[in-house]
Amino acid sequence: MPWTKVPSTQYPDSSSRRKAGYWALCAGYWVLLILTFLSAAPAADEKHISVFSPVAIYTLPVMEHASHEYVGLLELLEPLGRVSTQTDGRHWNLRYNALDAEFVAGKTRARIHGRNFDLAAPFLIENSRGLVPLSSLDALLPRFLGTPVNFHESARRLLVGEVGIQISFQLDASNPPRLVLNFSAPVNPTISTEPGKMRLVFKRDPVIPPESQPISFDSKVITRASYFESNGDAEFDVAATQPLMASFTNNRKTIVVSAIPATTPATGMPAAPNPAQAQPSAANVASRRVLAMVDPAHGGDERGAALSDTLAEKDVTLGFARLLRHELEIRGFAVALLRDGDTSSTLDQRASASNVAHASIYISLHATSQGSGARVYSALLPVEGSSKGAFHAWNTAQAPALPVSRMVSAAIVAELQKREFPARASSASLRPLNNVFMPAVAVELAPGADGVADLTNANYQQRAASAIADAVVSVRDRLGVQP
Amino acid sequence: MIPRHLLIGVAALLALVVSMGIYVRHMRRQAGEFQYATDSPVAPPASGPTETVTLYVADDAAGMLRARSAQIPLPGGRQQRAEELLRALLRIYQQPGAPHPLAPAADIRSIFLVDPGAAVIDLNAAFADQHRSGILSEQLTVNSLVETLAVNVPGIQRVNILVEGKTRETLAGHADLTETFDVTTVEQAGNQ
Repeated sequence: MPWTKVPSTQYPDSSSRRKAGYWALCAGYWVLLILTFLSAAPAADEKHISVFSPVAIYTLPVMEHASHEYVGLLELLEPLGRVSTQTDGRHWNLRYNALDAEFVAGKTRARIHGRNFDLAAPFLIENSRGLVPLSSLDALLPRFLGTPVNFHESARRLLVGEVGIQISFQLDASNPPRLVLNFSAPVNPTISTEPGKMRLVFKRDPVIPPESQPISFDSKVITRASYFESNGDAEFDVAATQPLMASFTNNRKTIVVSAIPATTPATGMPAAPNPAQAQPSAANVASRRVLAMVDPAHGGDERGAALSDTLAEKDVTLGFARLLRHELEIRGFAVALLRDGDTSSTLDQRASASNVAHASIYISLHATSQGSGARVYSALLPVEGSSKGAFHAWNTAQAPALPVSRMVSAAIVAELQKREFPARASSASLRPLNNVFMPAVAVELAPGADGVADLTNANYQQRAASAIADAVVSVRDRLGVQP
Repeated sequence: MIPRHLLIGVAALLALVVSMGIYVRHMRRQAGEFQYATDSPVAPPASGPTETVTLYVADDAAGMLRARSAQIPLPGGRQQRAEELLRALLRIYQQPGAPHPLAPAADIRSIFLVDPGAAVIDLNAAFADQHRSGILSEQLTVNSLVETLAVNVPGIQRVNILVEGKTRETLAGHADLTETFDVTTVEQAGNQ
């Protein structure tokens, strides 16, 4: 008798089982993925306390119980000295260096070094961790540490000892105006810009509030500065009517916030008229829309090449940049220098400032003691990083503008050669050329017939600056105005 | 009376001791001379058949690379071959009157060939620390290393440069070393 396949009414067939298994696996995978993501991603509004002491700077999570905020006492004291604890579930004993303390779960009364101490809310024990209310830290910690503490409870910033960094302001009404922020110790804030505002967030610096604030300035560009603290961080905001950029100097104890000149009348912030030209021509009115970002390379601690025993590249580039600014301005361009003093900025900051300002051209200036004349470089793009949809990778942001950059480079070489400068165009892996989205070139000025002395010779620099400015004018129509 | 054969034996042993002493003294002197001679770094001897290779030698005065043929012994392995190539290039730069001088202590620590098509050149600290600062000078060094490697070791399309095994921001203040160099782009730049 031949075998026949009898459909089972009790069990689904094997393909149905496979499908069900597949969907179950998929569902399980996604549930696991979501759970992993939820458990790994910190809540955006997670409360924490920041502790600044001479020996450690750290943050700790803050918990809420019965409308009181609590923090683990062991975790709080551990970075500051030798700590050990014992607990039987109800009593919680702590030894900090040679000092003993005893807390009881649910009680506000504690004994520290043989003396009573009353907490503002009951002591809690959670998974053997002893929790004390934040509102008692001001009085509690000096008992252990023997040093005063300054606790900004609403902002949850705890300063142990004399660690506070003072901040002072000064508005320099030069053109463009600059707000000089001086700190009593080096700082390292996170700096970000948004329309009408620059934010400096101090997460690791024990900055203390200025005496009076918010501060209004008698300036149409930089109008106001304000300081506030929240969730362990301090934030300093500068309000302005133009895009701002920041640079560090004085070993990171000074931050100079300066305005980038406006580029187009459409923004409502026309470029300052050039006093040298009372009756600007139509061509100049058009060219005034173009913002040229001039970057004197290096600066501050970063000296660049040693051109001689006493001459640093950063000093030559600054003087050269000021001359180029003048040459471009008399041709009707709006010009911003990425530094106008001995300040330092990272390469990313230079690129960001140029991109944020929507400059139409970026010109980086360098100097060398080798060779003669000048070399003009456009970007040598690296292997492209990952792009996200319409966004370009940071390391190849220059890619779309590279053809125009090469054209600008060739125009500068041609103008330099007209003035009898030995000049040549080339490509270089030189940041931040590849990080800016507008046409970008770097000019490396080399000595002339008189050797390195030429690099500081005003006439020599003037000839080179004039050639660059003429070249930029010649390609102005190709630069356009960045959106 | 001492037997004659014993006298001859003792005399022979004495002669042997004296000659051994002279020989040891001679060997010590030679060792001292060798130590003196190796105070400056010397590239390890390469073994293998001699081959004709093309080195891209930077010329500061002209501001460009010049292709130069050289006969150098190359080992069989791709990695050793790559290291020996760049060491041959360095020897040119370390000669007196070189067209693109590099520090005598500059060296290639190692080269890692990572398939497919990627090479990582690890320079020693002296290479970068004592390199002259300037866009042209630094870029010529980078282009010279990348092009020499790419032309003589088939299949290399991308090159990374490390210093003492770590990423360094720039070679000497200008040439960016944080990114990956695309061989084709570098070659095109060299042809400009």
